Amino acid sequence: MKLIKNLIVFLFLLNLNNILYAKDPSKLIIEIVDEAAAVLSSDDPVESKIIKLNSIAESSVDINGIGMYTLGKYRKSISDDQKSKYQKLFKSYFLKSFSSRLVDYTNPKINVVSQKKINDKYTIVNSILEATSKRPQVKIDWRIYTKNPERPLIRDLIVEGLSLARTQKEEFNSIIQNNDGDINVLFKTLEEFLIK
Amino acid sequence: MNKHLSIFFIIIFLLIGNISFAGDDGKLETNGNENNGYKEVKDCFEKINRGVFAFNQGLDKVVFKPLAKGYRIFPQPIRSGTSNALSNLSTVVTIPNNILQGQIKESGVNSARFLINTTLGVAGIFDVASYFGIKKRDKEDYGQTLGVWGAGPGCYFVLPVLGPTTVRDSLGSVVNLIGGDPWYNVTVLNNTQYFTDSDYYVSRLISGVDFRAKNLESFESLEKSSVDLYASVRSLYLQDRYRKVRNIDKTTETLSDDDWEELDSQ
Repeated sequence: MKLIKNLIVFLFLLNLNNILYAKDPSKLIIEIVDEAAAVLSSDDPVESKIIKLNSIAESSVDINGIGMYTLGKYRKSISDDQKSKYQKLFKSYFLKSFSSRLVDYTNPKINVVSQKKINDKYTIVNSILEATSKRPQVKIDWRIYTKNPERPLIRDLIVEGLSLARTQKEEFNSIIQNNDGDINVLFKTLEEFLIK
Repeated sequence: MNKHLSIFFIIIFLLIGNISFAGDDGKLETNGNENNGYKEVKDCFEKINRGVFAFNQGLDKVVFKPLAKGYRIFPQPIRSGTSNALSNLSTVVTIPNNILQGQIKESGVNSARFLINTTLGVAGIFDVASYFGIKKRDKEDYGQTLGVWGAGPGCYFVLPVLGPTTVRDSLGSVVNLIGGDPWYNVTVLNNTQYFTDSDYYVSRLISGVDFRAKNLESFESLEKSSVDLYASVRSLYLQDRYRKVRNIDKTTETLSDDDWEELDSQ
């Protein structure tokens, strides 16, 4: 009986601990948007901006998770060596394409409007990228992986309903599929992209 | 007009039948694997499509991109007014599609918006209806209506100049040309003393340039970061059409969690 009591108290404390230290997914987005905006609006040289943006991405994006997702069905058939090679390549590819996309913006204004918890693992944060004289307002939703509530991580960006992770997955799968399922062709394509 | 409508409904009926059952004989797989409601669409003529896509890319580089950049030089109010007028014109296709999809309330709202913006808004240049609290609704077309009625997308393919489409969406576009688009009817299909053919074609061209101008940066960013641009554009087009056919706005309703669920990295 005492054991059960202790177990209940332990579980309660564990849950309380999770609640106390859990980070709100909306807060994560607000924080990284502010950090990125500060970097982008600074007078730093482009190279320095890229380093800082990459550091923000590495701490807030689940790059390994996205990498495995974008392999789709092929992730089940590759060897451990191929997996580790792919993860290294994907990380470099992700950071290069992430920073090259962002660095052209000067001061993007993103407002978080709401969030919806899908299940214990995922919360969708809804935000709006404010319109400028060049383009209309853009709706951006963020898929946040919340399995570890203390350290939520971004797993996808859904721009006007279009999932960037899904697009990336279909892009990679198309390369593998058109080369008779040979994943080495994807590795080569990524390596070529990185030295461009 | 009645004859046109009858032909239209007969064709629609026959085509939906074809789309639904075309995969049965193995010659044309229209509806692929289903993944949590998201149907994978077959790219039946990928080699040809990639060729047409490359041609369109060249055309974009030489014609549409420079035009879009030039269009950006116009002051914002002029671009907004043009965009509003074109959007107002497209409402005449949205309204019948609202009705065909059973969206009676939306058809009323869009009709009211069209009447107000065409008159008080000077041919749609000013969005007066929004000022009165009648907010803009999503566009609808005949491809979406066919989808709502249960027709699968069919094969994905790329048309010269016009770009990505599916069998269903191109059939939807054909409906515009056989009487489904009132703007096409009064400009090209019927001889009226008020409009000429060129009014229609110019409006379509400006519409394309307006769209391209709004997306200059996002297209550039996609081109820069993509390792297979053709596959990226195909994915984006199909995701967009899937969402529009289902008339859903919420991200939580559009995404399949299947692949994510098994990925635990924490």
